[in-house]
Amino acid sequence: MYKIAVLGDKDSVLGFKALGLDVFPSDTVEEARKTLHRLAKEEYAVIYLTEQYAAKLEHEVARYKDELTPAVILIPGKEGSLGIGMANVKRAVERAVGADIL
Amino acid sequence: MPAINVNPTRQELTRLKGRLRTSIRGHKLLKDKRDELMKQFMDVVRENRALRKKVEDGLMQAYGSFTVASALMSGEMLEQSLLYPKQSVELDMSFQNVMSVNVPVYQFKTRSEDPGEVYPYGFATTSGELDDAVDNMASVFQDMLRLAQVEKTSQLLAEEIEKTRRRVNALEYVKIPQMQEAIKYITMKLDENERSSTIRLMKVKDMILKQSIEERREANEKAIQAFGGQPEAPAEV
Repeated sequence: MYKIAVLGDKDSVLGFKALGLDVFPSDTVEEARKTLHRLAKEEYAVIYLTEQYAAKLEHEVARYKDELTPAVILIPGKEGSLGIGMANVKRAVERAVGADIL
Repeated sequence: MPAINVNPTRQELTRLKGRLRTSIRGHKLLKDKRDELMKQFMDVVRENRALRKKVEDGLMQAYGSFTVASALMSGEMLEQSLLYPKQSVELDMSFQNVMSVNVPVYQFKTRSEDPGEVYPYGFATTSGELDDAVDNMASVFQDMLRLAQVEKTSQLLAEEIEKTRRRVNALEYVKIPQMQEAIKYITMKLDENERSSTIRLMKVKDMILKQSIEERREANEKAIQAFGGQPEAPAEV
């Protein structure tokens, strides 16, 4: 049985707690980085990460991109979307096709 | 000279021809795989874009309601209300095979089926806005999970397509031409060898012929001298 984690700053992730997801609020980027690696080793199949942290953890997120688990999915944080999630979709297209055709 | 170093032998030629056949077949198969993967990928990626937009909008709305709720309630109170969730989510993951790429399929189970049970707090001490916020969150969550599946699938497919594309190109533009060139080189070399051995044989034949003519002439001359040197005698050769 797998679990779902939400990782981000405290204000953004609070709401997910009500849904019964495992919430890991972290205050610093360093803390988020450690938590991300820890969660990836544990039984978390899906990790939702706020874009605000993802922007600073680009390298770490890229590491899990080609692995089957976990799926690191970016969600906008409380301050709004940075467009990284969309950019990643675009990048996937570019990677596969060689040009952005959408 | 071909780019790769080969021995111009018949055995090497047969081996290369076999390899070329396999490569051409492999190239065709990989090309088909790439095309099919691409087809699947385009579908997935379109859904991915739509879902991501939906989720991002939905989440922003949910965050908005949370902001309103937190304005009406104290931070401690808000935190306290959400501290112990009633609901819990378990995720079931299975795999689907898309053109030999394993992609995850998520199925999630909530502990209680009743959608009204998402509120982990009593209504007496909390504001109505919090209910809205939690409600918004719950409704966007379905899409979030679907997004996770679709996005992971598109990432994995993208990786596989990239790999396949490289293989197809390597075969098409490097491996196969190289082999064809090597085959051509060997065939030409073998033909050349054959021609040169024919010529050699012809030369040898000429030399032998010349030698035997010479011998014959000498024998004749000796015979003429033996008969007394009448020069009018030789009517034959």
